[in-house]
Amino acid sequence: MLDQFDSRIDPTFAPVDRQRLIARLQEALPERGLITKTEGMRVYETDGLAAYRGMPSVVALPETTAQVSAVLRICAEMSTPVVARGAGTGLSGGALPFPGCVLLSMTRFNRILAIDAQARMARVQPGVRNLAISEAVAQFGLFYAPDPSSQIACSIGGNVAENAGGVHCLKYGLTVHNIQRLELVTVDGEVLEIGGDALDTPGYDLLALITGSEGLLGVITEVTVRLLPNPVHTQVLLAAFPDVRQAGDAVARIIAAGIIPAGLEMMDRLAVNAAENHVHAGYPVDVAAILLCEIDGAAGDVEDGLSRVGAICLEAGASEVRQARDEAERRRFWAGRKGAFPAMGRMAPDYYCIDGTIPRRRLAEVLTEITRLSGVYGLPVANVFHAGDGNLHPLILYDAAASGEVENAEALGGAILELCVAMGGTITGEHGVGREKINQMCVQFSTAEIETFEALKASFDPAGLLNPGKAIPTLARCAEYGAMHVHNGQLPFADLERL
Amino acid sequence: MNDATEVLADQVRAAAEDRRALRIVGGDTKSWYGRAPVGKPLNVSRHTGIIDYDPSELVLTARAGTPVLEIEAALAENNQKLGFEPPIFGPASTVGGVIAAGLAGPSRPFAGAVRDHVLGARILNGRGQSLRFGGTVFKNVAGFDAFRLMCGAMGTLGVILDVSIRVMPRPEESISLVFNEDWQASQPRLTRLLGRPLPIDGAFHDGTRLHVRLSGPRAGVLTAAEELGGEHEDPTIWDQLRHMTLPNLRAPGLWRLSIPRTAKLGDIPGEQLIDWAGGQRWLSTTASPSQVTEIAAAVGGHASIFHRSDDDQDVFTRLPKTLFELHKRLKAVFDPAGILNPGRLYQGL
Ligand SMILES: Cc1cc2nc3c(=O)[nH]c(=O)nc-3n(C[C@H](O)[C@H](O)[C@H](O)COP(=O)(O)OP(=O)(O)OC[C@H]3O[C@@H](n4cnc5c(N)ncnc54)[C@H](O)[C@@H]3O)c2cc1C
Repeated sequence: MLDQFDSRIDPTFAPVDRQRLIARLQEALPERGLITKTEGMRVYETDGLAAYRGMPSVVALPETTAQVSAVLRICAEMSTPVVARGAGTGLSGGALPFPGCVLLSMTRFNRILAIDAQARMARVQPGVRNLAISEAVAQFGLFYAPDPSSQIACSIGGNVAENAGGVHCLKYGLTVHNIQRLELVTVDGEVLEIGGDALDTPGYDLLALITGSEGLLGVITEVTVRLLPNPVHTQVLLAAFPDVRQAGDAVARIIAAGIIPAGLEMMDRLAVNAAENHVHAGYPVDVAAILLCEIDGAAGDVEDGLSRVGAICLEAGASEVRQARDEAERRRFWAGRKGAFPAMGRMAPDYYCIDGTIPRRRLAEVLTEITRLSGVYGLPVANVFHAGDGNLHPLILYDAAASGEVENAEALGGAILELCVAMGGTITGEHGVGREKINQMCVQFSTAEIETFEALKASFDPAGLLNPGKAIPTLARCAEYGAMHVHNGQLPFADLERL
Repeated sequence: MNDATEVLADQVRAAAEDRRALRIVGGDTKSWYGRAPVGKPLNVSRHTGIIDYDPSELVLTARAGTPVLEIEAALAENNQKLGFEPPIFGPASTVGGVIAAGLAGPSRPFAGAVRDHVLGARILNGRGQSLRFGGTVFKNVAGFDAFRLMCGAMGTLGVILDVSIRVMPRPEESISLVFNEDWQASQPRLTRLLGRPLPIDGAFHDGTRLHVRLSGPRAGVLTAAEELGGEHEDPTIWDQLRHMTLPNLRAPGLWRLSIPRTAKLGDIPGEQLIDWAGGQRWLSTTASPSQVTEIAAAVGGHASIFHRSDDDQDVFTRLPKTLFELHKRLKAVFDPAGILNPGRLYQGL
C-alpha cells in the first residue's frame, strides 16, 4: 500500500542522529512541546485516510512563529524531513508521517488574533478550526464562506494547504478566493508575508501558489481571511429522482438557466438510505437520487429561484419536489448531507472517499461508469457529492479485515480517478493529492509538467525536506507506475472519448 | 481559428538557443503598461479561436490570440459575461494579454481578481515546451496552481497559449445610483453598506460624487435601490470606468494605488478617482514617485505607475530582497534563459 515509502521511487534522506535531533529541538521548543515516546505519537500516525499509517521520529508542538522558524532551521541543518499537520482530517494522507520525519503539529496555534468587522477580515492562527471563525464573527453578522463538511474539526491552516472547498463554494468560492494574506515560514526559517491587506500585491501571485500547496512549500503560521455578510434569507429545495441520469441532467439545466445556487448537492440511493437511517433527515427513501438545492438572497429572489429550480427538476423527471417547511427542516436536510460520510460507517466496516471532478455535462455518463466499475471490483459504491461543481465523492465500501479488500478498494479508487481524467476532469477537487493520489498525478500530468512542479518546489525547498513523497511524484515513480499500468500500449478507458 | 502552437514553440526554442529576448505581443494595446518591452516580437495574435464553450458548464476555453471582444460577444449571446470585467484598450486586445496583465475592473472587490476566474492554462515555457496546468473545472487541486501565477506576470513566466475561464451569468437586473457627497462622507457610508448582504458589485467616487452599482436577481436589486436612496443614473458610466475612458484615466503618468479599502490615505496633491470601494485609487499628481510609494506603503498598500511616461521608468513597487530572490528563482523555473519579456515587471526578472 501507498503508506509504505519506497526508497527506489520516493525521496530518501540519510539517517539522522535522533538523540541529537531531540536535544536540539528541545532547546527550541517550550516545555511539553516535544513528544518522543511512541505511545504519545500514536495519534499522529494517521490522518483522515486511516488506512495509511506511519511513525514520525518525533512530534513538535510549537506555539509561536519564532519556534516554527527555529524547528525548521534545525531540520534544514540536519537534513531531516518535516511534515506539517493541522487537525489531521485530511483525506489524502497529506499529514501521513514520512519515516524519520519531524511531525510539526500546528494545533497550539489556536487563537483568533484580530477581527476587523469594518474591513470584513479576520486574522487568525492556522490551528483555529474552520467553524470557530464563523462563530466568532457571527456577532457582526458576518461569516467565513468556505465550509468543508469537516468544518467543526479541520483547521484553517489545513484548509489553506489543501485549498479546501465546501457545500457553498459554487457561489462563494474556494479557500483561495476567500483569503487575503498569509504568514509563511520557509524551510530555512525565514518568515515571509504573502499577500497583504490590500486586494493585490506587487509581483507574482504567491498567495495563489501557496494555497493548495499541501505543506510542500512552507509552514503557514498566520492567515487573514475575508468575511461575508450573512444572507438575509436562505431556503433549500429537495428533489427526488427515479434515475440518477435525470438528476445529473437537472444539475446541468439549473446552471445553464443562469441560477447560481448557494449549494447544489446530490446523493444516490445508497447514500440517501444510509443518511436517512443515521440522521433521520426526512429524505424520501425509495429513490435513485436526491438533489439538495439551496438559494440565498432577498426573499423574493429566493422564492423565484427555487420555483424555477423546482420546475426544471420536474421537467428533468423528478418524482417529487419540496421545500423545507421551516429552518429546522432546512437544517435537517443539510445534517443528512453533512452526516452522509459518518453514516456510511454503519453500512460497512470501512469506507474510502474518492474526490474527482468532472465537467458537469458528463455527470450521468460518469455515474453509470462508476456503477459498472463497482460491479467489476465487487465493492459497493455510494455517491454523495458537490454536483454543482461536478466534484464527485464516490464512497467505496469495504472491509479492511477481509483479505485483499484494502488493495481492491485502492485499485477501484484509482480507476475512478483515471476515469475523471479521461472525462476532461481532475483527480482531486478538494481533498488534495497527498500520498493517496501520487500515482494518478502521473496520469494527469506530463513529464515536463511534473518537472515544473518539482522545480517550483525546489525554488522554496531545495533539499526537498517539506512533506516529501506527497503531492508531486518523482519521475522514477511515474516511470514505474506507467510501465505497470499501460497494458499492451493501451490506456485505461480507451473506448471513451477523451478531451 | 488557427492553432499556431508549433510556430510559436519553434520561435521560442530558437530564441532560447541564442539567448535572445522575446517580446510577447497579443493585440499590442498595452505596451505602455509595465516596464518598457524589449526584444524581438513574438506575435501570438495569429493563435486564435474559441476552442470550447458550453454555457451550461460556465466555462470558456480560447486560444490566447483570440480578441477579447470576440469572447465577450460569444458570452453575451448566451447571457453570460467575464466576471472580472477587464479593461479593454482597443479592439485588437487579446485574451492572452488580458490574463497576462491581470487587470480587473470595478467588480474586483465583489467578484474577484482575474486569477480567481481562471481555471487552467496551457503555456509555452522559455524552453518552448507546451505545459498545461489546472483544467476546465472549478474545483481542482491537483498540482501547484501554476496557471494562476501567469495572471499578472506580464508574460515573464510563459507564453500563454490557451486559457480556460470560469464565466458568469449576466445579472438579471443592474441599477446605478449616485450620491452627491465627498469621500469623507462616502467612506463610512460604504463601510456600513458593505457590512450588510446587499447586491453591491461596484462602488467608486469620482471626486465629487459616489456611484454605487447594484446587480443581481431583480427583487433584491430593486429593494436595495429603494432603501439606499440616491439618484438613478445612466449605468454606462460603469463601462467608461471599466475601460478607463473617464477623464484623465488614460493619461501618461497616472498612478494606481492598491490599499486596504477602509484605510485613511494621507494627503497628497492632485486628483483622485477612488474605485473598489476605496481599495483602488487612480491618482494624477505632481508628487514625486517616492512620496506616492510611501503614502501607499504607510497604509499597507502599494503604488505603481499605471501609464509609463518614459521608457527607463521602474513602475511597480520594489519587493523586499528575500521576496525578489524568490521571484528570480520562480522565473528561472519557467524561463531559465530569461528570454520571455525580460524586465517587463522588474529589472532583472
Ligand atoms: C468527514 C470529512 C468530511 C470532509 N469534507 C470536506 C469537504 O467538504 N471539503 C474539503 O475540501 N475537504 C473535506 N475534508 C477533508 C479535510 O477536512 C480538509 O482537507 C481540511 O482542509 C484538512 O484540514 P486539517 O486541519 O485537518 O489538515 P491536515 O489533515 O492536518 O493536513 C492536511 C494537509 O495540510 C498540510 N498542513 C496542515 N497545516 C499546515 C500548515 N499550518 N502549514 C502548511 N501545511 C499545513 C499538511 O501537511 C497536509 O498536507 C473532509 C474530511 C472529513 C474527515
